[in-house]
Amino acid sequence: MPTDINRNDVQRLIVDGAQLVEVLPADEYNEAHLPGAINIPLKKLDAQSVKPLDPARPVITYCHDFQ
Amino acid sequence: MSNRAAWRLESLGFSQVYRYAAGKLDWFAFGLPMVGEFAAIPKASDVVRRDVPICHLTDRLGEVYQRCQAIGWAVCLVVNEQKVVLGRLRREAWNANPDTLVENVMESGPTTFRPDNFLEPLVKRMRDKKVGSVIITNSDGVLIGLLFRKDGEEQLSRDQPVGAAPPRDK
Repeated sequence: MPTDINRNDVQRLIVDGAQLVEVLPADEYNEAHLPGAINIPLKKLDAQSVKPLDPARPVITYCHDFQ
Repeated sequence: MSNRAAWRLESLGFSQVYRYAAGKLDWFAFGLPMVGEFAAIPKASDVVRRDVPICHLTDRLGEVYQRCQAIGWAVCLVVNEQKVVLGRLRREAWNANPDTLVENVMESGPTTFRPDNFLEPLVKRMRDKKVGSVIITNSDGVLIGLLFRKDGEEQLSRDQPVGAAPPRDK
């Protein structure tokens, strides 16, 4: 079950090697995203698109806000 | 959306999946770094003055006034121990009895803005409302500084692209 985390947790997990994934469409990612985040839009999220991610490391998903 | 993505990642075999529910709006509003096209657009954080004087609710007005005068400021922001903004002392407040407690003369709950607010619409809003300065806090209400309209206007005039300059008279 995915765990909800806050801003402080995000910063801590990044230091520990977590991978950030923005799940918004590419144009919104291109406008502004968190440092180090990659873009995998929700609509394109499948076994192929997640290949850049390392399953052995934590993954953090985010979008705009509580959507 | 991020919740559905997190669940989908689990279904794809990822076992350590987290969801930053507050998302990038929370991140940027806290003044943390931004990457992308919008990063180059001037923001409140570019011109905010971080050396604004502060005082506390139970400080005496006279002592605060002297401290502000000494460093050339006519405004002082009222914060708590966590530096959360509780009020503001404007010029008018200095006319009160010097023994008055700050909390009795401050403007309570002043409007605040975030460091990632785009500068141009913010300055326009300040101009429209005839406001000379606004308080910048992070999304937790912690003081970052004071933004003067004059500083914002100067910054925006410097950022004007060459092509936007008015044509010269012939």
